[in-house]
Amino acid sequence: MAHIEDAPQVTVLPPDTTKIKKLWTVAGILGLVTLLEFGVAFGVPHEMKDLRVWTFILMTIVKAAYIVGEFMHLRYEVKVLLWSILIPMVFVVWMLVAFVYEGMSISDVRP
Amino acid sequence: MANPSTVTVPAPGKSVWDGGVSPMNASYGKLMMWFFLLSDAFTFSALLITYGLVRSSHHAYEGAVEAFKFSQAYWPIPEKVFASIPFFHNVNAPLVFVGLMTFILIMSSVTMVLAVEAGHRMDRRAVEKWMLWTIIGGLTFLSCQAWEWTHFIHGTHTGSAVAEGTTFFGANLRMNQYGPPDFAAFFFFITGFHGFHVFSGVLLNFLVFYNTVTGVYDRRGHYEMVEKVGLYWHFVDLVWVFVFTFFYLV
Repeated sequence: MAHIEDAPQVTVLPPDTTKIKKLWTVAGILGLVTLLEFGVAFGVPHEMKDLRVWTFILMTIVKAAYIVGEFMHLRYEVKVLLWSILIPMVFVVWMLVAFVYEGMSISDVRP
Repeated sequence: MANPSTVTVPAPGKSVWDGGVSPMNASYGKLMMWFFLLSDAFTFSALLITYGLVRSSHHAYEGAVEAFKFSQAYWPIPEKVFASIPFFHNVNAPLVFVGLMTFILIMSSVTMVLAVEAGHRMDRRAVEKWMLWTIIGGLTFLSCQAWEWTHFIHGTHTGSAVAEGTTFFGANLRMNQYGPPDFAAFFFFITGFHGFHVFSGVLLNFLVFYNTVTGVYDRRGHYEMVEKVGLYWHFVDLVWVFVFTFFYLV
């Protein structure tokens, strides 16, 4: 061990079991919501289109919130950072409403 | 007019934005990763929303779901298109395979966040282990996607009539057996762009794994790189959640 003075002094801390348990809980919730989505996909008839679509959107937002909030740790960041990421998303909402409305109008005049 | 003594005016040089501290309490690299991901979110939103426009501008299928047949006249029901699984011919298993892909990506997100947690504790062995699982998850997802693309391109045994008197099997960028040409175009662009993100994510994950094994982060004194690449990887998972909903379920 000639280069022992080069080896970094690393102190390894023990695993944070409460944190790890929480991460697995979040993973469980994500899996559960995905299963529920399957439940809606095959349990709710296609004729109830609006109900299907809105349930899917709601469940997607729930999943997104868990991924961004817990996995990406955004919930625990400084509020300025949180809002810097979230507020620009209003443009996406506006674009979604405008474009889908436009699409339905095109559908009305399409032969 | 308020009493001047009760009005709190921040003393010069006392605001967090006056320099000397990090107002967002995040390193430069992490902050820039967040802003990159924000811009990437706009790109994916634009793709998915344009899909929404084009889809809602086409006629929807009106008849009974059981009697559904592929046609150029209306947009297909996604679960009728994505109803196959590998190794089982002629088995109708709608959305089962994409469900599996979703599960794989969520699991690889969990192993990634466990690698980040291990990095906080400077636990090299645990980072190595979880990064390796994340890489395996990413590669598995990419393999699934390769199969799905192959199946989509080659089509079903029966095919369908694109023009009068002809039968067309599978899909390309100009026409497809499942419905209007735009349907396949969007499938290729949206899942392809996401798949490309997964691919570059796997490369970045491998880089982090390599640096961990060779002790770069131990020498550096922190594992923040795992965190930054972790943010990217979770974002890829996040995008898939939206693709899954808006392309496969709705």
